[in-house]
Amino acid sequence: MSTPQATSGEAYWKANLRIIIIHLVVWAFVSYFCGIILRPVLSGIPVGGTDLGFWFAQQGSMFIFIAQIFIYAAQIGKLDRQFDVHED
Amino acid sequence: MDLQTLTFIVVGATFALYIGIAIWAKAGSTGEFYAAGRGVHPVANGMATAADWMSAASFISMAGLIAFMGYDGALFLMGWTGGYVLLAMLLAPYLRKFGKFTVPEFIGDRYYSQIARIVAVLCLIVASLTYVIGQMKGIGVAFSRFLELDYETGLFIGMGIVFVYAVLGGMKGITYTQIAQYVVLIMAYTIPAIFISLQLTGNVIPQMGMFSNLSDGTPLLAKVDAIVADLGFPQYTAQKTSTLNMVFYTFSLMIGTAGLPHVIIRFFTVPKVRDARLSAGWALVFIGILYTTAPAVGSMAFYNLANTVQPGPVASADGAMLYESRPQWFKNWETTGLLKFEDKNGDGRVQYRKGDDNELTVDRDIMVLANPEIAGLPNWVIAVVAAGGLAAALSTAAGLLLAMSTAISHDLLKGMFAKGISEKNELLAARISMAAVIAVAGWFGLHPPGFAAQVVALAFGLAASSIFPALMMGIFNKRVNNTGAVLGMLAGLLSTLIYIFWFKGWFFVPGTEMLPNKPENWFLGIQPEAFGTIGAAINFAVAIMVSKVTKAPPEHIQHLVEDIRTPRGAGAATGH
Repeated sequence: MSTPQATSGEAYWKANLRIIIIHLVVWAFVSYFCGIILRPVLSGIPVGGTDLGFWFAQQGSMFIFIAQIFIYAAQIGKLDRQFDVHED
Repeated sequence: MDLQTLTFIVVGATFALYIGIAIWAKAGSTGEFYAAGRGVHPVANGMATAADWMSAASFISMAGLIAFMGYDGALFLMGWTGGYVLLAMLLAPYLRKFGKFTVPEFIGDRYYSQIARIVAVLCLIVASLTYVIGQMKGIGVAFSRFLELDYETGLFIGMGIVFVYAVLGGMKGITYTQIAQYVVLIMAYTIPAIFISLQLTGNVIPQMGMFSNLSDGTPLLAKVDAIVADLGFPQYTAQKTSTLNMVFYTFSLMIGTAGLPHVIIRFFTVPKVRDARLSAGWALVFIGILYTTAPAVGSMAFYNLANTVQPGPVASADGAMLYESRPQWFKNWETTGLLKFEDKNGDGRVQYRKGDDNELTVDRDIMVLANPEIAGLPNWVIAVVAAGGLAAALSTAAGLLLAMSTAISHDLLKGMFAKGISEKNELLAARISMAAVIAVAGWFGLHPPGFAAQVVALAFGLAASSIFPALMMGIFNKRVNNTGAVLGMLAGLLSTLIYIFWFKGWFFVPGTEMLPNKPENWFLGIQPEAFGTIGAAINFAVAIMVSKVTKAPPEHIQHLVEDIRTPRGAGAATGH
């Protein structure tokens, strides 16, 4: 496991995992926390006839999910080139 | 032109389009039949995935569910979209790099175990078959409501159309018809929503209309809250289920979504690993257009319904609508039996209330289908909605049928019984198994088992508790071995099955429940539909612990895992 390729593969995987973990924290925060668990805490913030937690649960988290996938695709694409594991 | 002629023309035109695409996209090899030759553009695949994913239930039932669940409906919205984040980051790119044709094939190779592959095939077939029965029913219902044909005739026409393009074109034919079906279904969904949002709030974008003010200056949602409170129901924007149950239910749907094989195989059709990531993003964009419209449709449809039946104040005796002066759409849906009025107090008025003096029963499925009529939209809009409902059911059915037929021809036949089968014969076998699964699905459509409505919980439970953990550990944990994976899958599967059967009856046979399906009996207040989360946790725990005390996977498997973790070289792996 001491070949340069294997080491670079491991570093690439670690960097990838770090990006994924950050995204999953955001993913869980907007849906489970802002949308459900923390909704009572956010209830003081009005959004169009209801509260912020309702907005996160029925609309906001979906917008953030979409953004997250494209941001991840861009980040990992950059990482692929940086570690020279990209396609073509 | 009358509505029925118009509907025949619109539905007929869309069917002609699907058949035309099928003839153009005939599959010539197993690569084309199983994975559309891996030549599908990521945006096109995203659109096809969206159509594949959004079933008759998403199109017809979801907004109605939200209308009557209010805030709690968010668990479907987040649950059925959040899984795509998991797909994009945890599964799709690596499985595309692996470069084979089926989900059981990955599980069998990664865990170097035919048993693991068979368990995966079983989960896949049970999950897909239960899911497809609902689509078949949706096709039959859409035909009988809009074209006034028998349920059976409608079902045969639908099966015939799927037969032509699925048997001829396989994944290639299905992909291109799904793109057309997406366009039809999204138009059918958004056009009425835009009109209704405009009528109620003056905002053309339903997603914004939902949070806007009505013409009298009160916000729509505040008004809906006030109306339901008047009628005696819990507030629309209030949470009704327990927080723990809501979290577990949402999580079950998310990992179930990411573990459903018919969704995963869509990502095998794109040329590159990076296309698989992007494609998941595009899929969620196209799904999001409908899923963010659904809560607007739900709240607005509920407002319209409540306003129609309760035009005056609840307190006054003549506040409720006179049955004699009910609108035409009310009469139309009464004939289907989905809307029922029973004049309990004999005053000739429709009292819609919470509790025993309620006189109106509304099947939630009519909310989307009746929406254009309630809003008084022109007939062509209603015709397009009919075509959209059919497109949603057909596209999902085709994707599920493909997942099942490839599991039979590729995993069971080529993988186990006839390893030396030629490419030409395998393609023939794939077509024959496709025809066979269409026949089986059709049979279930004609003789729907009593549990048809319950089985969606089963499909998601199986995918969440067995397939998702096996796939994720296969990629992210090199140490999990064959014994761990098989025992983990079985533990996740059985615990989830037993929990569902405990409250819904063994094999859904009525009367065999061990305990009544009520919140006070549930473990920690978690309903059977939400148990996939716990099943998955059991799967992970068993697999990791068993693997720790048994032999590490052989070197070549560890190399395989390292290889799928990096994108380079995906073009070369084509499955043979």
